[in-house]
Amino acid sequence: MSGSSEKATDLPVLLPAAHRLAAAAAAERVTGPVPRPTLWLGLMLFSIFAFSIGLAHAQGAPEEAETPLGALWRWLPVLLEGFVFNIAISFIAMMLGTIVGTLLGLGQISLMPAVRGSSWFLTQFFRNAPWLVLLFLVMLLVPFEFRFGDTVIPFPGWIKATIGLALPVMANVSEIVRGAINSVPSGQWESSDSLAFSRRQTIFSIILPQCYKRMIPPWMNLYAILTMATVLASIVGVDEMMTQTRRALAAEGGATQLLVPFYSFVLICFFIYCYPIARLTIRLERRFAVKL
Amino acid sequence: MAADMAPSGWTRDEPIVKITDLHKSFGDVEVLKGIDMSVMQGDVVCIIGPSGSGKSTLLRCVNALVDIQKGSILVEGEEINRPNIDKLALRRKVGMVFQQYNLFPHKTALQNVMMAPIMVLKQDKSEVEDRARKLLAKVRLVGKEDSYPGELSGGQQQRVAIARSLAMGPDLMLFDEVTAALDPETVKEVLVTIRELAEDGMTCMLVTHEMGFAREVGDHVYFTDQGRIVEHGKPDEFFSNAKDPRTKEFLSQIL
Repeated sequence: MSGSSEKATDLPVLLPAAHRLAAAAAAERVTGPVPRPTLWLGLMLFSIFAFSIGLAHAQGAPEEAETPLGALWRWLPVLLEGFVFNIAISFIAMMLGTIVGTLLGLGQISLMPAVRGSSWFLTQFFRNAPWLVLLFLVMLLVPFEFRFGDTVIPFPGWIKATIGLALPVMANVSEIVRGAINSVPSGQWESSDSLAFSRRQTIFSIILPQCYKRMIPPWMNLYAILTMATVLASIVGVDEMMTQTRRALAAEGGATQLLVPFYSFVLICFFIYCYPIARLTIRLERRFAVKL
Repeated sequence: MAADMAPSGWTRDEPIVKITDLHKSFGDVEVLKGIDMSVMQGDVVCIIGPSGSGKSTLLRCVNALVDIQKGSILVEGEEINRPNIDKLALRRKVGMVFQQYNLFPHKTALQNVMMAPIMVLKQDKSEVEDRARKLLAKVRLVGKEDSYPGELSGGQQQRVAIARSLAMGPDLMLFDEVTAALDPETVKEVLVTIRELAEDGMTCMLVTHEMGFAREVGDHVYFTDQGRIVEHGKPDEFFSNAKDPRTKEFLSQIL
């Protein structure tokens, strides 16, 4: 209906409605199924969670004393411990990615062709690679420990996973930095040139300070995406929340009535963490859009 | 001023800017097709002409904001069109003010004026602040020192931009259609500032559409069209007695 609605009717009476439908379909195509966490989504998640618990309760044999909620309560410390790990991974990966990504972004506007070219290549390479594949590659390529003579620096799996996640973050930060710098009007470069500022002074004292505002919303958005992607680390065996959940379920003997409550609990935890970030991002976007 | 430049043997009775057969292209488009011009110390030179005739590009060549393909520009006897020219040293002597003001939006008016002398000339901060306040007073902006550019009107921003450029102590000022983005009432306040500057003996090159100003304040008027200088002369002669038909046509449209 939505695709062919422009020409779906020959009856003039229906034309306004057809237009409306076409417009709605077009709007949907533009905004698309982007999973921006909305409060609505949160409520839906919560009701799935509540419903599944009720369902599991009904399905459970009457002689079983413990409800699914009880089981969840018992496992709560383990699951939350896993969640804290997710947050820690997201923090460190974001920090690493931001530091290296900023350097890479500055490299992309370098006047030296070699620096500019290689920064561009690294950025494009890691930006267009699936996060999971990068994660696997880092897990496989980075050794589990480094030896410098007698000192041994261990490289546990979670650190490798963090590095693996930091790579796409780095590439995206690089693009954010480059884009923000390019969005500063060329007149700013001209006037600082005419005042005899060196290129370095121009970038660090004049251009970059004007960029921070523009960079914060996309940077926060990236952080929310990264946080949600930390569960990928479960595939490579890091003890984060998904792994812990799977273990808990296995320990419960793979009780099927527990699957939905447990996994929707994981969803809710991430939602509660990411939703405020998304709201704040939108608010900042609006504020900066007006002020500029 | 600009004592750090290598002595070039330039003396004050030679032109401060001497342009000979200047050519400039952007890609395949030749914007300047052989410009000759000389500006004496203390002169106010007005460059007029239809848009797209290369006026702004000509100014940008003088402080090496764009590089040139052919010809010569001597600023205080120093050739600009050569490899390894010290652009920063050149720009310390040549101030420039733009149509769009281009103030630094994250700095106050006072900070805008102080930044370059402190960071580029490495001058003492308190001495620079003193000078900056005096310059802002000179352009009649007392009380606006701590305002951000976004809080100032176009005319006020443009006067901050002039003060910012003056703070570097230039020997020559370039004005690129500095009143073109302003509304008629504020044009006057900026022109008054430039006129006072000219009366103080500052050498000025202006690209302008303000014919009244060019006639009154200018020492010399150049008319450019399609990358060439069509006609030039003293303002009185030029405006009342233009010889070239293109000049006549342009003036009849504008006056």
